[in-house]
Amino acid sequence: MAESGFESAEILGAIREASSAEALEELRIKVLGRRGSLTLAMKGLGALPPETRKSAGAALNTAREEIATAFAEAASRLSRAALEQRLLAEKRDPSLPVAFAEEGRIHPITETIDEMIAIFGEMGFAVVEGPHIEEDFYNFTALNIPPEHPARQEHDTFYLPPRGDGTRLLLRTHTSPMQIRTMLKEKPPLRIIVPGRAFRCDHDATHSPMFHQIEGLVIDRQTHMGQLKGCLVEFCRAFFGLDDLPVRFRPSYFPFTEPSAEVDIGCSRQGGELKIGKGGEWLEILGSGMVHPRVLQNCGIDPALYQGFAFGMGVERVAMLKYGIPDLRAFYECDWRWLKHYGFLPLDIPSLVRGPLS
Amino acid sequence: MKTTLSWLKTYLETDASEGALVDRLIMLGHDVEAVEKRGPSLEGFGVAEILEAEPHPNADRLKLCTVDTGRQRVRVVCGAANARAGLKSVFAPPGTVIPRSGAILKAAEIRGVRSEGMLCSAYELGLGEEREGIIELSPDAPVGASYRSLLGLDDPVLDIKVTPNRADCLGVYGLARDLAASGIGRLQPLAAPTVKGLFSSPIGLSIEAPLACPFFLGRHLRGVKNGPSPAWLKGRLEAVGLRPISALVDITNFITLDLNRPLHVFDAGKISGDLVVRLARAGERLRALDGGDYALDPEITVIADESGVLSLGGVIGGEASGCSEETREVFVEAALFDPIRTAETGRRLNIASEARYRFERGLDPDFVARGLEIATRLILDLCGGQASRIVAAGSEPSWRRRYVLRASRPQSLGGLALAPQESRVILERLGFAVEIAGEGDLAAEPPSWRGDIEGEADLVEEVLRVKGYDAIPAVSLARSESLPRAALPPQRQRAEKVRRTLAGRGLVEAVTFSFIAKKEARLFGGGAEQLTLENPISTDLDTMRPSLLPALLAAAKRNADRGFADTALFEVGPTYEDDTPAGQRLAAGGVRCGEERLQDWQNPAREVDLYLVKADALCALAAMGAPAGRIEAAADPPSFYHPGRAGTLRLGASRLGSFGELHPALLEELGLRRKAAAFEVFLDAVPAPRARLSPRPPKLSVFQPVERDFAFVLDRAVAAERLLSAARAVDPKLVAEVRLFDVYEGVGLPSDKKSLAITLRLEPQDRTLTEAEIEGFSKRLVAAVEKATGGVLRG
Repeated sequence: MAESGFESAEILGAIREASSAEALEELRIKVLGRRGSLTLAMKGLGALPPETRKSAGAALNTAREEIATAFAEAASRLSRAALEQRLLAEKRDPSLPVAFAEEGRIHPITETIDEMIAIFGEMGFAVVEGPHIEEDFYNFTALNIPPEHPARQEHDTFYLPPRGDGTRLLLRTHTSPMQIRTMLKEKPPLRIIVPGRAFRCDHDATHSPMFHQIEGLVIDRQTHMGQLKGCLVEFCRAFFGLDDLPVRFRPSYFPFTEPSAEVDIGCSRQGGELKIGKGGEWLEILGSGMVHPRVLQNCGIDPALYQGFAFGMGVERVAMLKYGIPDLRAFYECDWRWLKHYGFLPLDIPSLVRGPLS
Repeated sequence: MKTTLSWLKTYLETDASEGALVDRLIMLGHDVEAVEKRGPSLEGFGVAEILEAEPHPNADRLKLCTVDTGRQRVRVVCGAANARAGLKSVFAPPGTVIPRSGAILKAAEIRGVRSEGMLCSAYELGLGEEREGIIELSPDAPVGASYRSLLGLDDPVLDIKVTPNRADCLGVYGLARDLAASGIGRLQPLAAPTVKGLFSSPIGLSIEAPLACPFFLGRHLRGVKNGPSPAWLKGRLEAVGLRPISALVDITNFITLDLNRPLHVFDAGKISGDLVVRLARAGERLRALDGGDYALDPEITVIADESGVLSLGGVIGGEASGCSEETREVFVEAALFDPIRTAETGRRLNIASEARYRFERGLDPDFVARGLEIATRLILDLCGGQASRIVAAGSEPSWRRRYVLRASRPQSLGGLALAPQESRVILERLGFAVEIAGEGDLAAEPPSWRGDIEGEADLVEEVLRVKGYDAIPAVSLARSESLPRAALPPQRQRAEKVRRTLAGRGLVEAVTFSFIAKKEARLFGGGAEQLTLENPISTDLDTMRPSLLPALLAAAKRNADRGFADTALFEVGPTYEDDTPAGQRLAAGGVRCGEERLQDWQNPAREVDLYLVKADALCALAAMGAPAGRIEAAADPPSFYHPGRAGTLRLGASRLGSFGELHPALLEELGLRRKAAAFEVFLDAVPAPRARLSPRPPKLSVFQPVERDFAFVLDRAVAAERLLSAARAVDPKLVAEVRLFDVYEGVGLPSDKKSLAITLRLEPQDRTLTEAEIEGFSKRLVAAVEKATGGVLRG
């Protein structure tokens, strides 16, 4: 027994074993409270004989520090345990699925047109758009396709009812009327592309009564067939993402161009699978040529001063080739699964600058 | 246009391979669509000779033959009665696939004797139904040769897509001429027979319609005997898919395909009087060689005799005057018919013939007489008889004209520097007559067969085409400025933002046809006659659409039928209000069906409703720059919506679009069983944002903002928008935001009342608000709301 009559060992043991914040508080009151054992012992110091008072005081101070430390440690231990218990209680199953924003899709026709715009835009082409319900003049006559021209029959034109003056409007059979509208409205130099809907009265596995084309037109004083080749070779290679894609130009005929050229790209069909690239075979993808002098004349542009080239391409066809889409009709069928599969995420905005086209 | 390779080579002397010829045709602009190998492959079957044929030691009806296959001598057991020494037949060694059965032939013991192959019947080869006996070949058939080549099947058929301008290449000779000009071979001279007429034609000729037929030659032939054509002629026609009929008919077909010179042969015994080319008279009819009975009109060119119409000029002959086995005298017609009128006749009567196809593209005016002479010669050779002198009407139209090819143009238009001398050589090889027109410029007269040449650009194309487009160096298209300008016009920029915004909201983009069924168009406010197609592909697709929604709803229905009921589709595309360019309006529309797709175990499924599509519509409008806060939604939607669950969106006086749940009756009519909500906004309805030179900086107040909640009890019929705008208007400078956060109807409120709770955010600019000022504002707000809506502060 110490001189003060205070014994700390049992108390320290109790503190260490305290199992809850409440038990600890009880102990604290028992030891350090107003009537606590240590408080009373400290108060009792004055009653001790002077020779023992000093040493007893020192012993009590030591005991008090030990006890304070023990209380702090116990409190910390208990709060850690409590936190652990809380964390355990708060446990959730992270594998449960969440509803993150369901993303929609951009149709492959839109994306393909946007890709084409991204490429031709870099070459300085501007987009123009125009009416689908057209006059015969813009769709045919001004494009050097007079009424009796055999090419008219091949166009399978949709007609609207005769108007008061006997003429009939039609659904444009190609995007080429916008060449005429643009040339009549604006002065050269011109560099435009026209993406949009076109219509032909034809419906089978490889023809749709509505489809999309992109038309291109360059008019200035000096552009010749070498630039036509350069422009379209660069386009094809950028579009298909193949720097070594073979591109072939072969003579053809369109009433609105002279000379005219079909453009083929290289492919292989080994094992029945079509693959774009080097392969020794060819696939026709677009028509082109130098704008016919008569077309320029029809638009009030002097063919002695101005010349240029035009081209036209089927959007669905190149989309099918690029993305391996087997069936033309599916583009307009709106099958949810097809759209989800072939569609593009909204932030896949085509750009040559930001990165390769999809 | 079809030809066999060997037929082409009758006019083109060349060492070039099949592949090289095909490539050259393509690079000359004559796309070869197919190179067809004909007939069964007959791989392995060869010509063999039976050297000995002895009886089989163990079987009465079998023979033991010793056969020379050209490679070796083999022993073959054969059951054919006609197997005999000295016969040449077709032999198949072991390993050969027998076409008829598909079995692989094996060497086998037959009645104790080994047989090293098989001698074949036509039946086994799939070449006929003759099972009795083996094939008997002619004694001069070369032993060891492949049977395929002996049959001429090794000669491939080229299917060539001749472009509409190149009428001159609609004959084998014309193709050979173009190939020869490119230097791949030498053109063989065409026979130029002149048959001396022995008598005057008893049938005369005249032209009453010189615009329809400027030139007409004819000739009477008597004592002819019509019968089957010789094998070479039949073979040619059959190879390109024509059925041989009789020598007279086959000759005209052959000369059409070979020399691109359509002819007609009348049975002269069936002609009464002279022939005249005229326009048909109203009421005339003709039964034509295709079996059709055609009613004619005065736009149609006919050849007639005294009894009436005999044939349609340049299109088709008549049945009554056609040749038959009994024909003994004929009248051969070689004429030029006007391309436009011929096309018109064919189109009106819907007759497609080889003759029409050629006349409407324009034929060589200088080949009429020569074609007639060649035909006469062939008829006399194959059918015998005597020819009259030629009778003629009209005259050969002038075709000589000249165009100048400036020395600079191959380079400045074609991108290929070409010396004038080289251009000249090419043009001359193509048959042009060329003279120097000064300083390297060339004056070129196209040959009679090149009616398509109309100017300098055509001459440039000719020299480039023969030189080869591959020779033109590709040059980058330089931009006039170093940086590209914006390629997209404002309308398309808007469309792109709207598309990607809607896709970001979970809607999937669809592309649908611009035309829909008239019935649906009417349901959506369209269906005008002026927007109805005259020749739709079906009545379901006969009317230009007034709205994107019918097609999207139809798509939703198709998906629902496939088991995908919860869909959200949108389209950005045209609608058509009238037939003018301005009537074509670009719209963005969407249809959501069933339940909202954003759901999981925490968020229960929620049926689509008007508020979801209102948000879609507002997001689309905001994406195109509309001030979303100022757009009002009024309860006066178009009739296809649910009248109580839809609205019209307006900005000031202009209507931007609409949204809402679809009318249950419409859904019923469309067969949609789930709830559907839709929106449609017009991209051109939103005014272009005003360009501001320097945007004003935002006012970032340093004073404490204040938020206060208020709940008002109003009549149910009062639109929430009235409460919100009243609240905004109390002090527009102070009120930064009004947000509605609760709508309550039910227990605790009269049945005709509702409670709307709003939060106002006040942002003072010049001082911190005192409690008294806030209190004052609250009082003004309550008074303003009461005045505007009749609502009172909820106690």
